[in-house]
Amino acid sequence: MSHETDTRDPGDVGPGFMDAAGLTIREGIARYVIGFVLASALTAASFSVLNTSLIWGPGIPVALVVLAIAQIGVHLVFFLHITTAPDNTNNVLALAFGVLIVALLIGGSLWIMDNLNQRMMPMHEIMQMQR
Amino acid sequence: MSATDTSLQALDPYRVGRGRDWLSEGGIGAGHVYARGHGEGGPASKRVVVSFGFWIFILSDIVMFSAFFAAHAVLQTAAAGGPSGRELFNWWSIVLQTACLLASSFTCGLSAVATEARNQLWTQLALLVTGVLGLAFLVLEVRDFTGMVMQGAGPQRSAFLSSLFAVVGLHGLHVSAGVLWLGTMMAQVFVKGFRPDILRRLVCFNLFWHALDIIWVALFTIVYLIGLGR
Amino acid sequence: MFGKLTWQAIPLDQPIPLVAGAVVVLIILAVLAWVVLKGYLPYLWDEWITSVDHKRIGVMYILLGLVMLLRGFIDAIMMRSQQALAFRAAGYLPPEHYDQIFSAHGTIMIFFAAMPIIIGLMNFAVPLQLGVRDVAFPTLNSTSFWLTATGALLVNISLVVGEFARTGWLPYPPLSELPYSPGVGVDYYLWALLISGVGTLLTGINFVTTILKIRAPGMSYLRMSMFCWTALAANLLIVAAFPILTATLGMLALDRYLGFHFFTNEAGGNMMMFINLIWAWGHPEVYILVLPAFGIFSEVISTFSGKPLFNYRSMVAATLFICLVSFLVWLHHFFTMGAGADVNAFFGIATSIIAVGTGVKVYNWLFTMYGGRIRFTTPMLWSIGFLVTFVIGGMTGVLLAVPPADFLLHNSLFLVAHFHNVIIAGVLFAGFAGVTYWFPKAFGFKLDEGLGKAAFWLSLIGFYVTFMPLYAVGLLGMTRRLQHYDVAAWRPWVLAAGIGIVIMICATACQVAQFVVSIRRRDEFRDETGDPWDGRSLEWATASPPPAFNFAVLPNVHGEEPYWGIKQRAIEAQRLSPEPKYEPIEVPRNSPTGFITAFFSTITGFALIWHIWWLVVLGLVGAFAVFVWFAWRDVVEYSIPAAEVARLDRARRLAREQWLAQHARAGESA
Repeated sequence: MSHETDTRDPGDVGPGFMDAAGLTIREGIARYVIGFVLASALTAASFSVLNTSLIWGPGIPVALVVLAIAQIGVHLVFFLHITTAPDNTNNVLALAFGVLIVALLIGGSLWIMDNLNQRMMPMHEIMQMQR
Repeated sequence: MSATDTSLQALDPYRVGRGRDWLSEGGIGAGHVYARGHGEGGPASKRVVVSFGFWIFILSDIVMFSAFFAAHAVLQTAAAGGPSGRELFNWWSIVLQTACLLASSFTCGLSAVATEARNQLWTQLALLVTGVLGLAFLVLEVRDFTGMVMQGAGPQRSAFLSSLFAVVGLHGLHVSAGVLWLGTMMAQVFVKGFRPDILRRLVCFNLFWHALDIIWVALFTIVYLIGLGR
Repeated sequence: MFGKLTWQAIPLDQPIPLVAGAVVVLIILAVLAWVVLKGYLPYLWDEWITSVDHKRIGVMYILLGLVMLLRGFIDAIMMRSQQALAFRAAGYLPPEHYDQIFSAHGTIMIFFAAMPIIIGLMNFAVPLQLGVRDVAFPTLNSTSFWLTATGALLVNISLVVGEFARTGWLPYPPLSELPYSPGVGVDYYLWALLISGVGTLLTGINFVTTILKIRAPGMSYLRMSMFCWTALAANLLIVAAFPILTATLGMLALDRYLGFHFFTNEAGGNMMMFINLIWAWGHPEVYILVLPAFGIFSEVISTFSGKPLFNYRSMVAATLFICLVSFLVWLHHFFTMGAGADVNAFFGIATSIIAVGTGVKVYNWLFTMYGGRIRFTTPMLWSIGFLVTFVIGGMTGVLLAVPPADFLLHNSLFLVAHFHNVIIAGVLFAGFAGVTYWFPKAFGFKLDEGLGKAAFWLSLIGFYVTFMPLYAVGLLGMTRRLQHYDVAAWRPWVLAAGIGIVIMICATACQVAQFVVSIRRRDEFRDETGDPWDGRSLEWATASPPPAFNFAVLPNVHGEEPYWGIKQRAIEAQRLSPEPKYEPIEVPRNSPTGFITAFFSTITGFALIWHIWWLVVLGLVGAFAVFVWFAWRDVVEYSIPAAEVARLDRARRLAREQWLAQHARAGESA
């Protein structure tokens, strides 16, 4: 019955839409191929970090996190088509808000729980105390 | 939608509501065709509304995952004398799972291109491959889990294992739900064709599937790779 | 076959829940019988239960909230009376029962009274104030409501079948873990909240999308009403915080059902992490409640002072400031848990800073009133009562924000008095103000002013008499949740609080009477024009009640307070703006999806609580089937023909023209 035609807004793009005008099929596929290749390379790099001795031991977690962020970035740009164009502002802001909350939650929880754990008697000693 | 009004100046002397006029240059009253979906132009189209709403849902889902991540981060050392990550993780299985999921993201993207071209055959094929890769991921993950449980390293063994099973299992649950949804979408596209509402749902599915891969990136990095280093 | 469910689950040996349960069941059966016998069921099903209209859903939310407010209030009466009697005595409530009562009181009040009332008001007013036809996802909206109702239903079933949690409204482990809470109580709590939490999260997504993407033409962000801004902030908080609640309660459920060790005593569990995560949700939750309340007061105060809101932009800034900082303070709920001075200091300072945002708002409200022509209607009285009372509560909050002070006052009655102070003055007063303010819009007639004012004064006095003594007795060292006590110094204060609750009972009676009397005399109180309060925002441009499509033609918005502008222009020109060109309007079809989803959710929840595993599977399959069936619909909208739109809108215009003519004859300006 009445499913309105699939109109597009001149100034706004929903997340996930590849709305750049006039992308041919080849260009569309090319974007995904580039993204796939980049993501695969970064993933392979992540997995090989532990196997090689290229990265200094204590720096490994940092390297892995950086590679993960890069992989996520590739996904966002090539697969989800999140850009910094003005028609994508709402999407980027929403993402930033989500990232902020995640950072506050994980960072805050780690800070608090670490602080508590340092000050607390280890669990097995508490259990021993109770016997 | 309605009357123009020329006494804007009097009612809005500080031009508070100016914002960005996409199609109107030069201030009040000049060619005011406001862009839709940009707030000033009236309600956005359904495409934008549905996909933005789903984007917000995905962000809320990511917050939920981050709570489980936080729990895992806190409990990483709480092995209670039981097995730790290093002893448990099956390297190749995780490599394979990652490859499957990444490839499925790629094929999901290809299905989006096919959908843009309104090609039923290629859309269904790409979606099918996506689903198969997703199922492969799940099979590998279930195998890993059963293996760990057989070894006595199930979630009831220690808090560390509880948090591991929970965060990885939650992701697996999402993938399972995604596969179910994928099957439903394939049926809908087949039966109803490329109707506007079906197209919107396909975009939502794409968002979901790519988001799952994003979460997997965080998961295998933090849980497996960094955990393996302990 | 039926898991843990046996006939023992019905409390035949406990008189109080037995009688209470019997009374509730009888009332429900009586109402159902009346509805069916009078033939109202088809109307209720077609117009309300399957409705996807935000106005109807809003009314249902508020109705749910008010009924549950009554249930939570009865719990409060029992607690106060128990404490009043239990000085060196046993009182009349055994401890295991008293524990369930204070747990149910908190759970119901926060999740099933306050949240539904606030969400209901947002549902009703936000799309109207934005000048649009409905929210972004109407059927999802209906599903949200029915899932919330499911949670409420499950909690109430626990009164009759089984028991409720005895852990307080936040089930701290290890008390809430299986070894110490082996019964079904905590499970009732968990599933009620996990299910209704999904509903609330969906509401959050719905409203964020609506407010950001669906507004009338010309309505930029800085032209939205203040209530819409606070609704946006609150819904952003819902989207950000409720997943944390789902995750944390999910972890507790995993511990209880599958033997996980997130928070257990043994195998490395960390119960302090529960407290950390649950309050990372819990603090934003209170701002989810109070921010829309602030928005309601902004609307009411500016309307009844006859002035635009003072310094609108700083109000917006303060709202966003509070929204952000609310995620930086959650540790203040557990200063005493043993974190170091640096951690405690950071969160203590952040807590003190967040008060600045509210301070900005309070001063803006005062300056809005200053120089205005104030009309002391019932909503305005609630607002003024809020201003005085909330500031006191906020000050005690800042006192508690100082960690060394909190070390003495944590979990004392001082804390209890503080949070009741801010929640009652903030959320409850706002709820009553909002309901009284928007009631004429929803139903076409005003509420009785006399009874409304009586309810206000009795509530205000009752609040002070109940809770100010609790501040005192908290400072004297009385802890919360005591079933009995033997310190003589506390006795006079506890008795005073008991008297206060009697005053609040009278206030409640006035509230109920207000509704009954107003409905009986509705023709006297009829609102003819749709603008009974000389309003300033767009909802007052519609008829009372508005037609299904809200606005025949979406209004073009040209400044802040768009409706005020429209009205002033009409008064100056002595006529309405020209009749628009009417076109057919597409309206979403009603759908039973929400109700049926909730039905299966109730079944699944109940089955999970009682470990009836085959029923769980059935419920989940049913829910998935509903989803697929809904997704298969071909016809999602119906069209209201242009002639019908024209007829309804012309009736509205006629009423307005008559008002204009009267207004001109009276000769005074607005």
